[in-house]
Amino acid sequence: MRRTNIQLDKNNNLRHFLSVEGLNRQILTDILDTAESFSSIGSQQVKKVPLLRGKTIANLFFEASTRTRTTFELAAKRLSADVLNISISTSATVKGESLLDMLRNLESMHCDMFVVRHGESGAAHFIATHVAPHVSVINAGDGCHAHPTQAMLDMFTIRQHKGGFADLRVAIVGDIKHSRVARSQIHALTTLGVTEVRVIAPKTLVPREVQSLGVHVFHDMEQGLRDVDVVIMLRLQNERMKGAYLPSAHEYYQLYGLTTEKLGYAKPDAIVMHPGPINRGVEIDSLVADGPQSVILDQVTNGIAVRMAVMSMTLGRSATQGSVKREATKAGPKAGKEAQ
Amino acid sequence: MASKIDVDALIGNITAELKARIEAGSEEPIMIGIHTGGLWVAERLHKMLGLKQALGALNISFYRDDFSRMGMHPQVSPSKLPFSVDDKHIILVDDVLYTGRTIRAALNEIFDYGRPASVILVALVERSGRELPIEASIVGKHISLGSHEHIKLNGPDVLSLSIIEAL
Repeated sequence: MRRTNIQLDKNNNLRHFLSVEGLNRQILTDILDTAESFSSIGSQQVKKVPLLRGKTIANLFFEASTRTRTTFELAAKRLSADVLNISISTSATVKGESLLDMLRNLESMHCDMFVVRHGESGAAHFIATHVAPHVSVINAGDGCHAHPTQAMLDMFTIRQHKGGFADLRVAIVGDIKHSRVARSQIHALTTLGVTEVRVIAPKTLVPREVQSLGVHVFHDMEQGLRDVDVVIMLRLQNERMKGAYLPSAHEYYQLYGLTTEKLGYAKPDAIVMHPGPINRGVEIDSLVADGPQSVILDQVTNGIAVRMAVMSMTLGRSATQGSVKREATKAGPKAGKEAQ
Repeated sequence: MASKIDVDALIGNITAELKARIEAGSEEPIMIGIHTGGLWVAERLHKMLGLKQALGALNISFYRDDFSRMGMHPQVSPSKLPFSVDDKHIILVDDVLYTGRTIRAALNEIFDYGRPASVILVALVERSGRELPIEASIVGKHISLGSHEHIKLNGPDVLSLSIIEAL
């Protein structure tokens, strides 16, 4: 199934944000640049801009989340949008029919955007194919498929600390198999043109198709972390570990847990990232998580600016935008500002 | 016609007028330029006046009143106000004062950073076509233009004005 075109409108502007896959480097860079301009708002006395005043954004969370939901909510509020938080019990299986009925109801309340977190891969895409033309959908994580805003906030954090992507070697460590974050990160890193993406994990936690994404697979931390600029740790997803993927959490920590000693294999200025929530002593040692190379809390802060960027880019399209843009170019960029 | 306007001379005149005002006041004001052209003008004024406080830059993109019509322009540079605006006297600088909507947005943004003691507006060029009750305190030059004409400041190394006919 191609997920690419549905994300873009006829002027190639971002309409939905469902997956990093299928978006080109220009759009990803636009998201990062826009996020950068939003990053100063956190330092204002009034942490709010009137950009999305009058818009209504519904957070539809079919799966539990604290960080993602709250940063989406904060992002929407800092843009002056009205926010509805709807947590749908995970135990009640929402079938196609009832999901669509719910969408129709929310559309009748004139919602302009759905932020969707769902346990099933493809859920946000399904919703995006059924919404009214003025509604945008943002994927806040779907099953094992994608978590594009997390990947983009990771890219933002990498750019913030490393200045760019071209010369970087990035290692993603942990449960690649069950991680939607890893999939989105791999697509984003390769699109933005890093030198090398590595995944480091036990054989049972590396999906077969991962090599086709252009990454190098390692099963040993010492080899995998050598000369790496960025180390991204993934959470060991206990709730997804139904099968016998690992002998024990203790053994996993011995082999793959990031300790100061193992971090020593990477470059001395390597940064350590983690999408959270972190399991201290399972995939990462507290000394590393709270250490000088850790940028884990920067990731949380950056998540707000990146989500503001995606929300304003998707809702900031309009039917006339193409023609207005052409006019503005004719009269020079400044004329557009004056005549606003 | 526009190419004959000596932008540096206009900035020189504004500097002289601002200097007199600053000397008459008790505290040194802080200066804020509006991206992009206003910031170019402000950089020159700031240097010529020898102001001690760093120059502030304002990007009003997120405060525009036409977001739903114009949409998002991705490459916007962030606002940088490296000081508290509370109880400060502010000199706000823009290149062209036209409809007044940019200044409306800029004032809103400044007030989201705090409550200044006062704000004056400096415009390199003032043209006809105001849509809001906003006037500049110091103006480099008044120019009459038709609604189909636009005036644009080119920069940043050498500043010059050009008038473009919009079709």
